[in-house]
Amino acid sequence: MSEPVLRIEALCKHFGGLLVTDSVTLAINPGELHAVIGPNGAGKTTLINQISGLIRPDAGRIELGGRDVTALPTHARAALGVARSFQITSVLPRFSALQNVALAVQARSGSSFRFFGRADHERALNEEAEAVLAEVGLGARAHVPALALSHGEKRVLELAIALAMRPKLLLLDEPMAGIGRDETERLIAVLRALKGRFPVLLVEHDMTAVFALADRISVLIYGRILASGAPDVVRADPAVIAAYLGDEME
Amino acid sequence: MVALPAPAAQRSAPADVIAPALIFVALAAVPLVASVGAQTYVLDLVSRIMIFAIAAVALDVLIGYGGLISFGHAAFVGLGAYAVGILSAHGFGDALIALPVALAASALFALATGAVCLRTHGVYFIMITLAFSQMMFFTAASLAPYGGDDGLTVRARSTIAGFALMRDALSFYYIVFACLLATYLLCRALLGSRFGRVFCGGRENPIRMASIGYDVFRYQLVAYVIAGAIGGLSGFLLANAVEFVSPAYMSWQRSGELVIMVLLGGMGTLYGAVMGAAAFVLAEEWLSGLTEHWKMIFGPLLVLVVLFARGGLVGLAARLVRSKA
Amino acid sequence: MPITLLIVQILNGLQLGVILFLIAAGLTLVFGVMNFVNLAHGVQYMLGAYLAVMFYGLTENFAAALVLALAMALLLGLALEFAVFRHLYDRDHLDQVIATLGVILFVNQGVKFLWGAAPLSLPIPDILSGSVVLMPGLLYPVWRLVVILAGLLVAALLFILVAYTRVGMLVRAGATNAPMVSALGVNIRRLFMIVFGFGTMLAGFAGVMVAPILSVEPGMGDSILILAFVVIVIGGIGSIRGAFLGALLIGLVDTLGRSFSVDLLRLVLDPSAARTVGPALASMLIYLLMALVLFIRPAGLFPAQGR
Repeated sequence: MSEPVLRIEALCKHFGGLLVTDSVTLAINPGELHAVIGPNGAGKTTLINQISGLIRPDAGRIELGGRDVTALPTHARAALGVARSFQITSVLPRFSALQNVALAVQARSGSSFRFFGRADHERALNEEAEAVLAEVGLGARAHVPALALSHGEKRVLELAIALAMRPKLLLLDEPMAGIGRDETERLIAVLRALKGRFPVLLVEHDMTAVFALADRISVLIYGRILASGAPDVVRADPAVIAAYLGDEME
Repeated sequence: MVALPAPAAQRSAPADVIAPALIFVALAAVPLVASVGAQTYVLDLVSRIMIFAIAAVALDVLIGYGGLISFGHAAFVGLGAYAVGILSAHGFGDALIALPVALAASALFALATGAVCLRTHGVYFIMITLAFSQMMFFTAASLAPYGGDDGLTVRARSTIAGFALMRDALSFYYIVFACLLATYLLCRALLGSRFGRVFCGGRENPIRMASIGYDVFRYQLVAYVIAGAIGGLSGFLLANAVEFVSPAYMSWQRSGELVIMVLLGGMGTLYGAVMGAAAFVLAEEWLSGLTEHWKMIFGPLLVLVVLFARGGLVGLAARLVRSKA
Repeated sequence: MPITLLIVQILNGLQLGVILFLIAAGLTLVFGVMNFVNLAHGVQYMLGAYLAVMFYGLTENFAAALVLALAMALLLGLALEFAVFRHLYDRDHLDQVIATLGVILFVNQGVKFLWGAAPLSLPIPDILSGSVVLMPGLLYPVWRLVVILAGLLVAALLFILVAYTRVGMLVRAGATNAPMVSALGVNIRRLFMIVFGFGTMLAGFAGVMVAPILSVEPGMGDSILILAFVVIVIGGIGSIRGAFLGALLIGLVDTLGRSFSVDLLRLVLDPSAARTVGPALASMLIYLLMALVLFIRPAGLFPAQGR
């Protein structure tokens, strides 16, 4: 069994008196799609924020590919291959969809301290960006400013930006949030096609998506991991059903 | 919060090429059009407009494209000016020495202060840049050997490699024009480049940019240094134009005037800053001719512009064009 | 360096600090609660001084002049709020700065128009004029002591108001999260007016207090405004405690720096170099201090909105 891509050990985070992350230990293996589920307020987004570097944990360790990144700033972790999508859509609103994705490609294509030469005309960057957009189904909308996209399209753009980074680890924070049935189906299909290419940590409420995609599931309740394992095992775990899944399975 | 259109570097509308082209053609033609009698006055006035425009264009890069509302830009202008003044006082009157020193001094100050300022955001950034500008004002005012509060007269305009090319009003005008054109083209290129895209992205959504892998702080610092150096160029030319340097060049009020010029012309367009500089200087000239208390008119005018003409002159022109179409 | 000189300068530093606090308190509250950057706060200070001079000219009575000046300063402040400021609360900071800059231009020029550009002064009331002996060999002007005491008193009052009254609690809540306070049903507009009016009076009061010891001239508000900004940036926006500590710190550092910079530098440089570099360094001192604080704590020492 090869080295886990992401290893979190005993991660703890307080906000004032509130313990939001309670000694979380987790590992994600290469090619695995690991879902983290739990009720609202369980600390899922805070967990992702700590992995991506936006929040510093109070205690614990985060290792990426064996390397300790606990003290590394967000942009450095991104350069190491951590890509993420945000729960509340976070794109560059006045840039076109293509430009949004091209910037992600640019970040791993040599120095950006180049002061001459129109970046928008760089064929290599644009071709890669167009390919990613086509992969997620936004090919036709490449030149639309991001703020003019529909909510569902923006969520997909988030994914496209993350994919364009050729990530070593993909963190998805509720990608299905607020999108309709059809678009959810499409997104599940896109994610299924991505499976195996790189490890994914998926935070989601949509149980259909979770059980369709996940190789392993961890259940986060009040900042603690209640259970972790294969989907069928977790699904049947009485503690999990009592605390969270109970009615969700209907 | 007023939503602004996409920064001009990310658009490619025909207006963004035609408007600046017209402006520069007009500026180039001024000496030919100015009547013989008033020629020196007009040349001096428009030279001064262009000198401020150089600083304003650089400031627009920071404010209009980077979202960095710097209220300390006058410090760079002042540093450039004092470089000329101090060197001249010691007998070094050639541009080949004065200009690099001016650029280096402003760039270094920008680097040092930028490293501190750019760690702050929002209102803190405004206030700290304003404070640094005022700090330079007090520092200059306390330099007794260089005139202190009263300022310093520059013996003569800088020579260029020994040639007195700047002594004549007409040739000075075209030198300033060339500097402004070069500044504009440089900033345009900068903003459309890889660097510019990251810099603008840093304003759009800094967290997203960090999550993609960009250390936005570094890009902002580089932009700040470049803008500072351009401010130094403006100061170099200013000292030569007026043949006098004063601590007032660095005051926060002057910094405010530069911001006003950018806003008046229309932020985030680059050529708007040129128009804004012209509007500001011309308004000052005209109003001060009407009454010594012209600021009592100008002040409320500013308030009205902020409340009702947020897009500046460029915005007004765009609205006019749209309503005619 | 005689100890009496040191004590005098410390007292001067406290006096400057107290004045700075009066101005900074209003500025930081208005910014903290209303998210409004008011560059024109300095003109309130200037107006206080000018109005005191004017009313003293009419009444020949300092107490009357003080009361009338404060009342009129408040009225003028509220008029400005009504005419200009309230349209800016929803705008971004750049708009607020430029618009209030326009107000400064207007008022500074207006003052020049009404009273001329020559500096004016206000005589100290007789019973409070002259100096008092604090220590053998140490004479200190009574009025400056009055200023220090008055300032400390106002500071204490402000602390009590903010910490123990209902309005004060609303102000503290507003400084931490204004939209939330509004959502809870509090009349936020009225709260804004109270905060603004209060801040205006504090600045005006400071202006009246310094009128006897500084020259009352157009633009006198501008330089002290910058210092007030440094104070609230260091102290943390929205925090009165921060404004108080920051103001005293700045007042002391600036005053002591200016008085002793040349002497201190003479320990390491030769006299003429010290005399050249000293004043320059002294002027830079508080800005360097601000830079240092912001480097370590980009949101100031006691920011109201937490870190």
